[in-house]
Amino acid sequence: MKNSITYRLSYGILIIVLFGVFFINIGLGSVSIPFKEVLIALTGGEVSKESWKYIILNYRLPKAFTAILVGSGLSLSGLLMQTLFRNPLAGPFVLGISSGASLGVSLLVLGSSFIAGSSLLAVSSASIAIAASLGSFLVLMAVMVVASKIRDTMAILIIGLMFGSITTAIVSVLSYFSNSEKLQQYIFWTFGSLGDLSWNALLLFSIIITLGILMSIYSLKSLNSLLLGENYAKSLGLNIKKSRFLIIIATSLLAGSVTAFAGPIAFIGLAVPHLTKQIFNTTNHRILLPAILLYGAIIMLICDTIAQLPSSDYTLPINAITSLVGAPVVIWLLTRKRKMIF
Amino acid sequence: MNTTEKNSVLEVQNLSIGYKAKKKATEVAQNINFSLASGELIAIVGANGVGKSTLLRTLANIQPNLSGTIFLNQKELSSYKSSLLATSLSLVLTEQLPTRNLTVKEIIALGRQPHTNWIGTFTANDIKHVKNAMELINISDLQEKKCFELSDGQMQKVLIARALAQDTSLIILDEPTTHLDIYHKAYILKILKRISEETNKTILFSTHEIDLAIQLCDKMVVMNNNEVLFDTPEQLIEKGSFSKLFPNDLINFDKKTQTFKVNK
Repeated sequence: MKNSITYRLSYGILIIVLFGVFFINIGLGSVSIPFKEVLIALTGGEVSKESWKYIILNYRLPKAFTAILVGSGLSLSGLLMQTLFRNPLAGPFVLGISSGASLGVSLLVLGSSFIAGSSLLAVSSASIAIAASLGSFLVLMAVMVVASKIRDTMAILIIGLMFGSITTAIVSVLSYFSNSEKLQQYIFWTFGSLGDLSWNALLLFSIIITLGILMSIYSLKSLNSLLLGENYAKSLGLNIKKSRFLIIIATSLLAGSVTAFAGPIAFIGLAVPHLTKQIFNTTNHRILLPAILLYGAIIMLICDTIAQLPSSDYTLPINAITSLVGAPVVIWLLTRKRKMIF
Repeated sequence: MNTTEKNSVLEVQNLSIGYKAKKKATEVAQNINFSLASGELIAIVGANGVGKSTLLRTLANIQPNLSGTIFLNQKELSSYKSSLLATSLSLVLTEQLPTRNLTVKEIIALGRQPHTNWIGTFTANDIKHVKNAMELINISDLQEKKCFELSDGQMQKVLIARALAQDTSLIILDEPTTHLDIYHKAYILKILKRISEETNKTILFSTHEIDLAIQLCDKMVVMNNNEVLFDTPEQLIEKGSFSKLFPNDLINFDKKTQTFKVNK
């Protein structure tokens, strides 16, 4: 039982760190606001400048919450995929979720130039979210229909990648025939953005993520037995098809909603599970799940803080920062240990 | 006759095994009959490709049989739900585990999954079973070790302990002694013998160690190309069943020493 105390202590430290980076994230931005004022604004007190209060409550706070949801959701879905496919290279998007979303958004943004009276189709953040959801839902359904016909889990991985290639090809064709203005709009979407969510959208987002987390918790037992391989899992009474379905649905909810609300954010989903497995030195999902949610949120908040380029007027694309900051950390972690263990 | 049937754990009648593909059935072996009682240690022997693994896979309900019936604890095998089967039958397979970053204790604890609730909470009873399994196989000192730190022999013991912790009346092992040296081969088989005696579980395993199996097993299933025999090792030797196992141009079974000798 010594172990469970150590783990609880680690969770405790991670939660404190999470609060720390959360406040730093809210405190830093293009407009510099003193930390004391930030705290007052958060606790509902009177801030010396009305504009500060507005920035914090309607811009920075929802963005910080979005970062937490995006980081946790992507990291957890990455873990689910890595265990299901027994492949360290699997990430949240191997099932074609992000390529489906890209297809939806590209059809909306780029395709609108082909339709007469396209001005009717207003390209807003809401319509982009809907297009992304529809796109990823359609591609996922196609993958699932094919997947239900095959027994081999590895084949699903390849089919997911194939669907990804098909949608990428369609997006290329669309981009080729689009004007530069539309193209830029689409490219900007692929950079990812945490700042476009209203409080209402955030509420919906958090409900979907919570649902995905609950389904993952329900799948904990099957995930752990899958660590022994599918044959052993079966001999432990696991219904492989049912648990596979549940894990895929949970992943779609998590990764799909992230892509719909924040764009196709790379790296986090692949890297955070590895990072956590190396730090916690286990593959036991009961230990990993809370740790991964916390790490994902912390890393996403840090990346977002850096992307803001505090006290400058520029903001870097979040998608670039996640890889720029995260990749060296993972490389360092993996080379520091002589032995790679998954 | 009635009394033997009562405590029979696994009863196989007129079983035919093989593969079905596109309506065409490929029969691997047929007319298999045997009955295993609780507390028995039984080996399946036969040449490569004779259908040992197919038989084990069929008995473990991994693949369907072509005809005949299999009864596990007096209940037809095909009527078991997978969750219920997991409380009556546990497996030790030859495949490598995809993860090596679990501790010995965690692997063995996974054997308790069929008995725990939806989220896998351990009761005092579960912990007792895990502890007992480790003590019986003598690996309590390894419990905090990671799987990648273990030797092949130790890993095999851990997997047997995992099956033991699952607490089923029947344990099926697929070639549990491959990749081990002669000492560890005997060691593993001795452990299996002890488990069957001490826990009254039925243990069925396939093996190529025919001479060791003859010395340790209560009964043996001998798979030849045209027939499947089931009896005690002594009776099988008496009937000359082992001489038919392989083509006799290279090796011959010597009844006196109970081993195979190379023709000189």
